[in-house]
Amino acid sequence: MTASPIQKMAEKTPPGMARNIKGLSDRTIAWIFVAPTIFLLLAVNIFPLIWTIRLSFTNYRVNRPNKDVDWVGLRNYERILNDPDIWNTMQATAHFLLWTIALQVLIGFALAYLINKKFKGNDLWTTIIVFPMMLSPAVVGNFWTFLYQPQIGLFNYVIAFFTGADPASFSMIGDVHLAPWAIIIADTWMWTPFVMLICLAGLRSIPDSIYEAAECDRASKWRQFWTITIPMALPFLMLAVLFRGIENFKMFDLVVQLTGGGPGNTTTLTSIDLKREAFEKWRTGYSSAYAVILFVTVFGLASIYVKALNKVKER
Amino acid sequence: MKNTHLTSVAVGAIMASGVASTALADGHATELTLCWAAWDPANALVELSKDFEAMSGHKMNFEFVPWTSFADRMLNELNSGGQLCDLMIGDSQWIGGGAENGHYVKLNDFFDANGIDMGDFIPATVTGYAEWPKNTPNYYALPAFGDVVGWTYRKDWFERPELQEEFKSTYGYDLGVPETLQQLTDIAQFFQGRDIDGTTVYGAAIYTERGSEGITMGVTNWLYNHGFLYENPDKPYDLDGFVNSADAAAGLEAYKALYDTATPPGSSNWYMGENIDAYRSGQVAMQMNFAFIWPGVEADEKVGGGKSGYFPNPAGPSGQFAQLGGQGISVVAYSEKQDAALEYIQWFAQPEIQSRWWELGGYSALSAVVEDPSFVQSQPYAQTFLDSMAIVKDFWAEPAYADLLIPMQERIHNYVIAGEGTAQEALDGLVRDWTEVFEDEGKL
Repeated sequence: MTASPIQKMAEKTPPGMARNIKGLSDRTIAWIFVAPTIFLLLAVNIFPLIWTIRLSFTNYRVNRPNKDVDWVGLRNYERILNDPDIWNTMQATAHFLLWTIALQVLIGFALAYLINKKFKGNDLWTTIIVFPMMLSPAVVGNFWTFLYQPQIGLFNYVIAFFTGADPASFSMIGDVHLAPWAIIIADTWMWTPFVMLICLAGLRSIPDSIYEAAECDRASKWRQFWTITIPMALPFLMLAVLFRGIENFKMFDLVVQLTGGGPGNTTTLTSIDLKREAFEKWRTGYSSAYAVILFVTVFGLASIYVKALNKVKER
Repeated sequence: MKNTHLTSVAVGAIMASGVASTALADGHATELTLCWAAWDPANALVELSKDFEAMSGHKMNFEFVPWTSFADRMLNELNSGGQLCDLMIGDSQWIGGGAENGHYVKLNDFFDANGIDMGDFIPATVTGYAEWPKNTPNYYALPAFGDVVGWTYRKDWFERPELQEEFKSTYGYDLGVPETLQQLTDIAQFFQGRDIDGTTVYGAAIYTERGSEGITMGVTNWLYNHGFLYENPDKPYDLDGFVNSADAAAGLEAYKALYDTATPPGSSNWYMGENIDAYRSGQVAMQMNFAFIWPGVEADEKVGGGKSGYFPNPAGPSGQFAQLGGQGISVVAYSEKQDAALEYIQWFAQPEIQSRWWELGGYSALSAVVEDPSFVQSQPYAQTFLDSMAIVKDFWAEPAYADLLIPMQERIHNYVIAGEGTAQEALDGLVRDWTEVFEDEGKL
């Protein structure tokens, strides 16, 4: 009987090491392999999280290392939850989230539906549509800043062309009413292709045989769309909403580049506000509490959403 | 002749390199890093410092950071005890923190030992850039670059007879350099949306930036002149009624009125660079900016060479003041090359180096330079610089300067640009924020 490769390998193990390994259970060996990864995760994820929670109950300020650190209990949480400015920031974030997701899902799905139809130049159009999401958010931010320039910006001229208004009569990023829409438009331009790709994957996963059966039953295109396409693509749509929701909840770079959170606080999203508290005002304890609140919010909402997503998939 | 020059240059170069090599071989020579903002004067300083390198044998390195991130970057460097910078040309408001937190070396003994007298410098720059506590003879910097907020205007537009005629018939006085803030607002509104040579132009580019210090550096020119005070003159850190007086609120309202009625559309987040661009591109009739830009304006093909004029910040109902800019040069306490850094300061303080500094575009703060009879004639903006330096006021220079600046940026920007609340509410809020900072600091 010839020895298997594993046996050959085992025979080559130095006797000293073999003596040490002998007697270790599979479970122990598995732990030995997994331990470095767990250690790394603890060091870079879990420990900072625990440390942040701990700091959130103190008045610690990282720019004043010599000052005494006092335990302040729930005071930071109380101040955050009673701060109208933070609620305004939350509102701005919710407005940004809802509108970007709604627009991106609508336009992304429509584009995916069109691209899914076979036509000449299909691949070329897909590549062109996907192009914005390949750019860096900083580049997109700068690019849209120029587009929104009242004197020279193309965007203003296009609006002026259709409405007859003076291009210099409105400023997309300088006006408190328009600025929230300015960031929504830029984000939608950039990330709709991402939603489109997910929706396209969903549409292409629907077997043709289902549509053929529907055709045999003389179902109209409209009925096919609502009873086959939408229900079968729904898990993909929900996945796209989840991804975009999480991404846009922590939106920072694009908005900072475009409006810097202004004018006033109208486009100050929670991530921008948190950065200001933590690294401009250096209120470390306070900003830790702020981060914990955001973490719990996102984690809670995401958990509920994932449960709903799983239910839809099970249907 | 040409050969003689070449020979002189070659001999000079050999001597300079000889001195440098000797210094390096002696172990005295070192590499010094000077930290400052990335702007035109920094380039002039690089040029000027070549003399120091040739003379001392030390090699100069420079770390220049754009203004919008200058304070963040450099204050972090100082707070962390970093050794990147041996010499720091820090903003005037950092002097309190630099002194109290031990970031800057106290220079009194060095000045005494080397015959450097602070009495030889423009008094406002000594108070603003070098002293801590203010008005005491404790020096942590040498005044390096005098700067102040002033105004640049399109002289060629102002001199057009048809515009002069129209302006006089509308406002009842001549179109010219404004003497009051109200006149400045009138002029800005007069130019707003006007067609000049086929282009729509606007009144004034003013500071509105929120991220760093922009709107504070702008609005204070209105607040000071309307009666705003940082604190009770008789009781330090007593803010209520001084920061948020009715006069101060009127000043804030006036700044907002100027922003709302006489600035280019989209100028909701503008600071030095944006104002320069708007002015150079012929978008605005006037621009608010620090004096450091004036050499660049004069040299500009489109707006220089006599097309532009300069004037100090005009008076308001409670006086005439202008926001101080500028910086002093300090030796960083964490540097291991303090001796060489002090050598640089000693060299920089010399009158002939200060004269050359002015020639290269740096605003010398040495009285001998600015009081020289030829100074006023040396540049079209020289007199305005002197007039402006005579009326300066500065922001808090407390160690908690950054903590004081952030709420001011936020409160003022939110009111002026976003129109949130009233001027009085903004200033009342500022009193609350500042009071909290001083309580945290243990000063209240």
